[in-house]
Amino acid sequence: MDNLIWIFVSALLVNNFVLAYFLGLCPFLGVSGRLETSLRLGMATTFVMVITAICAWFLNTYVLIHAPYLRLISFIVVIASTVQFIEMAIKKLSPALFKALGIYLPLITTNCAILGLAIFATNRGYGFLEGLTFALGAGAGFTLALILMAGIREEIEKTKDVPDLVQGTAMNLIVAGILSMAFMGFAGLFSAG
Amino acid sequence: MKQKELDGYQEFVKGIWRENPVFVQVLGMCPMLAVTNSAMNAVVMGVATFFVLVASSFMISSLQHWIPRQVRISLYIVIIATFVTLADYTILATLPAAHKQLGAFIPLIVVNCMILGRQEAFASRFPVKYAVLDAVGMAGGFLFAMLALGSVREILGTGTLFDIPLFGKGFEPWVTMILPPGGFLTLGLILLFFNWVTKKRGEFLQQVATEREGL
Repeated sequence: MDNLIWIFVSALLVNNFVLAYFLGLCPFLGVSGRLETSLRLGMATTFVMVITAICAWFLNTYVLIHAPYLRLISFIVVIASTVQFIEMAIKKLSPALFKALGIYLPLITTNCAILGLAIFATNRGYGFLEGLTFALGAGAGFTLALILMAGIREEIEKTKDVPDLVQGTAMNLIVAGILSMAFMGFAGLFSAG
Repeated sequence: MKQKELDGYQEFVKGIWRENPVFVQVLGMCPMLAVTNSAMNAVVMGVATFFVLVASSFMISSLQHWIPRQVRISLYIVIIATFVTLADYTILATLPAAHKQLGAFIPLIVVNCMILGRQEAFASRFPVKYAVLDAVGMAGGFLFAMLALGSVREILGTGTLFDIPLFGKGFEPWVTMILPPGGFLTLGLILLFFNWVTKKRGEFLQQVATEREGL
């Protein structure tokens, strides 16, 4: 149990996917303009991560032990079809949610955090429960980073003091750098205890 | 529709500066920041990406008339994933130490949005010759950006370049630069510099133009 908690907190804070591993930066920089959309995108991504972790575990245990060189291709095909499948399921079950997620749903396929999650889980040899916890933690961490960034960006927009030259990606990156520095503080969380 | 006039040299050069994938289009950020903590890692990663982009552009451009539009994205991804697997195993066989350091980031070249973006925007529409030139230019621009970021971070973070010490014993390494925050900050500052140069250049060209009109 301790191990599972450690995996969750580590993926959530200490080794945050966005701020420590630089995974999922495209949506992080692209979609973090508004708080509401970032929350929705974060939740959808977490959902796909959990499904991917389960599929990756099945693939690793039953299929890929016979053909390890097919790992990458099979993972990416699984992710793409999962996203497609979830898209159809949500469209059928809850049209309102489907409309709210819009374009972000198909774009999850190209989010490197998802493929990264599957590869990290494989490289570390996580079992089923561990993989699931890892996916939940990573998803929560991604959502957390996205929300923090969106909040900061909304405030910065209100001030209107930012010079033209710095606006856009340059400023977002510097803000992300400061956020990442703050997250480094969590590194002491485990070594001390 | 009339085919757009193509100039091979222009297609090649645009990727290096004017449409640099990293500095101007801000694509392919994830590997960009994650592996540039030393110049060597940046070069290995840049070369691997170079190979994958050029090879898949060549392949997709030659197959463009046989690929059905509905399933094109999945096909592109499978072709890219094949070349990435090739690159991954080649690096593992030739440079095991670098492979260990780069870890999961070589497989992640698959989801580098720059590569898929070039296939969709260029390779699938234009003849093979131009597609390869475009890919070489774009990948060159990417490699250049990786090298710039990797060198800055390694020099400031450890005081070395390609593991060769540059400063005397008195140098105190700025460790933050090789840690994640350093990646964000350095790229942010480089982008700032890039914006500034582009702006100054525009102003200068405008000034020259007005002076010429005056004559």
